[in-house]
Amino acid sequence: MGAAPASRDVTSYGMGLAAPLALFFLVFFVAPLLQLLWLSLHNDTVGLHWGLGQYLHFLTDPFSLGVLGSTLLLGAEVTAVCLVLGFPIAWLYQRVGPKLQTIIILIVLLPLLTSVVVRTFAWIVILGRQGIINATLQSLGIIDTPLKLLYTQFGVVIALAQVQMPLMTLPLITALGRIDPNLDDASCSLGAGSWRTFFRIVLPLSLPGVIAGCTLTYAAAITAFITQSLIGGGQMLFMPMYLYQQASTLQNWPFAAAISIIFLLAVLAVVSVFTTIGRMSRGYGDA
Amino acid sequence: MADAQSGRSLVVDAVTHRYPSGALAVENINLDIKGGEIIALLGPSGCGKTTLLRIIAGFIAQTQGRIIIGDDIVDALPPNKRAVGIVFQNYALFPHLSISENVAYGLAARGIDKAARQREAQRLLELVQLPTMAERLPRQLSGGQQQRVALARALAIKPSILLLDEPFAALDKNLRLDMQIEVKRLQRVSGITTLIVTHDQEEALSMADRVAVLSHGKLEQFGSPSDVYDRPQTLFVNTFVGSTNRMPGVVVSTDRTAAKVRLDAGAEIIARPAGGTLSEGGRVTVCIRPEHLQFVGDETGFAGVVGMSLPLGATVVHEVTTADGSGVKVSQARIGETRALENGAAVRLAPLAPSLANAFPATL
Repeated sequence: MGAAPASRDVTSYGMGLAAPLALFFLVFFVAPLLQLLWLSLHNDTVGLHWGLGQYLHFLTDPFSLGVLGSTLLLGAEVTAVCLVLGFPIAWLYQRVGPKLQTIIILIVLLPLLTSVVVRTFAWIVILGRQGIINATLQSLGIIDTPLKLLYTQFGVVIALAQVQMPLMTLPLITALGRIDPNLDDASCSLGAGSWRTFFRIVLPLSLPGVIAGCTLTYAAAITAFITQSLIGGGQMLFMPMYLYQQASTLQNWPFAAAISIIFLLAVLAVVSVFTTIGRMSRGYGDA
Repeated sequence: MADAQSGRSLVVDAVTHRYPSGALAVENINLDIKGGEIIALLGPSGCGKTTLLRIIAGFIAQTQGRIIIGDDIVDALPPNKRAVGIVFQNYALFPHLSISENVAYGLAARGIDKAARQREAQRLLELVQLPTMAERLPRQLSGGQQQRVALARALAIKPSILLLDEPFAALDKNLRLDMQIEVKRLQRVSGITTLIVTHDQEEALSMADRVAVLSHGKLEQFGSPSDVYDRPQTLFVNTFVGSTNRMPGVVVSTDRTAAKVRLDAGAEIIARPAGGTLSEGGRVTVCIRPEHLQFVGDETGFAGVVGMSLPLGATVVHEVTTADGSGVKVSQARIGETRALENGAAVRLAPLAPSLANAFPATL
């Protein structure tokens, strides 16, 4: 625009304006995180002995590792379900008229407009022993005894997938919207069928959206305390609940802190894998 | 899929397309295109030329009529089975694939093995004079280079018909001429029946063997560039292709080949009856191109007053106001010492020949 004097770099304004948020983050995010790290480096609950004992305990304890593993697996399953179900919705969105687009976006956003507790209880009603699914299947004579859906991994994955779906669909809609529609036609006129066009053109070019959607869905799914606990019940234990039990019920703060740090690192590792995959694909540069 | 071959004929047989809203996009279009011809579909935006192109490519199923390529009616075939090559206006290169992969894309879809694919891609890149660009990405190429790649990609599938959608619109003027020559050269070499959609009449006249002029979804005229330019069949064609002076008048007498017209500007001239029969005493619009008007010394022709003279290099354009107050443009070739005409000079004008003045029945 050229309105600002050349001597003053426009970025200096941004830094000044970002200061309040930076301060907020410093006080309420960075400081507690450092405190958490400090706490996790104590071998006893009263904070007298320094050491890596809590980490050693976690990493040598099959039960703890099992909880971590099942949580990361849960995230992967939810992400996969969201991707497989969300992609067609995003694809459809780019190919229908404006009226249908409004309806689709409403359906996609609806989960965000209701409380997560309400949504989760709705799933309990649907999945329960006397729930909608079992009642329907029984009345149709398809099953004799109710299926166990609630308090299973399957139930948690389904409920989480529905809750986190917008986080997958919205980035995908944006990414697919950026693809020149002529590329579809070009691919087709060159003799490629729909599947080849999808795997060679549409999917690679939508990869930035896939990566963004997967990262958001994954991070949200593994930390979804309420849905995991209510649908999973007592039988399914995931990291957020494990952490909560150690901190709140057992008052073992150093161990809870160590669990938090390990969990954080595990999530960061998975997210960086997603990002690396994205960087490796050449379509990333076109976003 | 049948082996695609170059130089197949293309017949557009009574094609009509109606939008879902009921509006007509194209109406009863008939084109009989011989194998190896270059045809231009010329018309202003919204005349239906792109719709027709998409119907031929198979992206739109027409409401009525047939598309026949060679001996095959292709209406039931999807675009990926028609062997029709398309160069899009924005080229539509795949941004994440290298130039070589872009060109080889259609060959991969046909199941040709990788080594053969790469050889063929390299051969085509040499044909379009970009042999060193194979490993680059499309965004690293200039507009003209991208267009050459788009051409190579379309030619790679050995299409029976090549469709070019406003291919030169995005190029600057000098590059455009280069690419037009290039396309014509490639078309001669390959002998592929080619259809160019354009709104640029110079492009249509210079590139095509025959020009189809469209307006409001209807075919106005389909003929050679000189037919379209010199013997337009409708007033629209006469005014859209090239520039022209429209002079109103009344028919004094007429037969099939010549009509005597009394111009409102005040002279009787002989004109060619174009586009339908004229009736004696009926109002007509006579079209005379600026370069077909000449200054005459005697008392023939009609009188006018020179307003302004614009020297445009090879020609000088004079703006002349006639007796009825309307303005006409006269284009004079600059041969030797062209006499400068002063502002306000009284002149007399007449068409070069009766066949160069076209009389159309006046529309109310």
